[in-house]
Amino acid sequence: MCAMPDFPPIAVERLVKIYKTIPAVDGISFTLTPGSITGLLGGNGAGKTTTIATIMGLTTPTSGRVTVLGAEMPRQRYRVLHRMNFESPYVEVPMRLTVRQNMTVFGMLYGVGDLRGRIVELGRQLDLTDLLDRPTGRLSSGQKTRVSLAKALINNPDVLLLDEPTASLDPDTADWVRAHLERYCRERHATVLLASHNMAEVERLCERVIIMKRGRIEDDDTPAKLLARYGRRTLEEVFLDVARGSGVESEAAQ
Amino acid sequence: MSGRAESAYVSPRRIGAMMLRYWYLLRSSWPRLLDLVYWPTVQMVTWGFLQYYIATNAGFFARAGGTFIGAVLLWDILFRGQLGFSISFLEEMWSRNIGNLMMSPLRPIEFIAALMVMSLVRLSIGAVPVTFLAIGFFGFNLYGLGFALVAFFFNLMLTSWAIGIFVSGLILRNGMGAENLAWSIMFLFMPLTCVYYPVTTLPVWLQPVAWLLPPTYVFEGMRTLLIQKVYRGDLMLDALALNAVLFAAGLFGFLKLLQSARRHGSLMQTGE
Repeated sequence: MCAMPDFPPIAVERLVKIYKTIPAVDGISFTLTPGSITGLLGGNGAGKTTTIATIMGLTTPTSGRVTVLGAEMPRQRYRVLHRMNFESPYVEVPMRLTVRQNMTVFGMLYGVGDLRGRIVELGRQLDLTDLLDRPTGRLSSGQKTRVSLAKALINNPDVLLLDEPTASLDPDTADWVRAHLERYCRERHATVLLASHNMAEVERLCERVIIMKRGRIEDDDTPAKLLARYGRRTLEEVFLDVARGSGVESEAAQ
Repeated sequence: MSGRAESAYVSPRRIGAMMLRYWYLLRSSWPRLLDLVYWPTVQMVTWGFLQYYIATNAGFFARAGGTFIGAVLLWDILFRGQLGFSISFLEEMWSRNIGNLMMSPLRPIEFIAALMVMSLVRLSIGAVPVTFLAIGFFGFNLYGLGFALVAFFFNLMLTSWAIGIFVSGLILRNGMGAENLAWSIMFLFMPLTCVYYPVTTLPVWLQPVAWLLPPTYVFEGMRTLLIQKVYRGDLMLDALALNAVLFAAGLFGFLKLLQSARRHGSLMQTGE
């Protein structure tokens, strides 16, 4: 199901999040268009995870406003949570339950119709069919990631938030996951916000990149324009320029 | 019913999903099932023999109606009720699943309802066999209390849920550092609720504090029933009124602590 045209899938306006006295996010604003895949880049402590947690309604903004599909987060989160989902290394699906049991529980939580059919479908799409009746904790790291992805897609979300979806995966599995995400977004016209340290992944998947540093947005553009502006060949080089403060602003100052 | 409309109200399906999750977990682990039965059995047998010893060496009061075994079984309802609630909640923290739940359409009230039902299920698995053992070993039939048992049980469960809800809020807000509270908080109430002795045993200045706690009324009511053969409905009504306040306070505390956890970002930092 597509997002309502009147409401952007995600709109962040002057978002500030301060933990005690430390600003984790410091006045950022951006709006995502329906069906887009946007990368959220930044070093450790840049504010990516806090931004995603605030969008999911898991943390309350200190000030500013976040809306998802028109619902203000976290106040109106129950209007839209069934149309969203996420995957993050900070959470896990229960390890003692089998893959099928986990999918059943999360499918029921998200109000999925024809749940059995959906589990079979996801099993086929994510190559989990033979693993459905095995305890999740006994799977390999790559298989567990596929299970997490299945959980994130169980409700066919319109808005998908991914925090390091391919971290700790071997290159083959990571590539496989990326291909699946691309296909899902194309077919469902879903909007994705992807936080990652993997620049190749961002370059491949994202049509827009937001670079954060110390809680602020340092740059925000398409990968091609960022490469051109910084005079670099890869996003990794752009990222290093921004992280080390040797970007276009520094050059302009010189 | 489509998921699109379903998250707008309290959903039995989401409550059922959580119950199913805990049922799968119990089913998958025999040590978890054994743990439910083992400690109540040890408690009952220990106190049963003590009761037997006193009954054969003391006078009428000690012999009257198995007050120790009755107290042990009722105490277990209170303690195991709270623990059953809290352990189901802790399972989410141990498995780092709480973030998944908090970002799903599951509402706090649905989560709490599922935990309440699971505390009943866990209690049934653990305590019911023990009540039959009490009949076999010591000839004490808890079910002989009749309607009074229903009133005792209902009041004790309400207290256990209220405490369990509040402790879960503390763990959400403060992380696993607060886990020990789940295991030990009920023992704070043990001396004050006068499980094994009448309220008049307490110092006079402490007795009003004891009467602020709903279980005190239950244990006094049980002794009155077993010793004097009188059912004190007034005590149960007082307990019910106090439980209503306690339950509302527990729920309010949980929601406030959850709100605070959202403000402080604690929900992203939970785990083993």
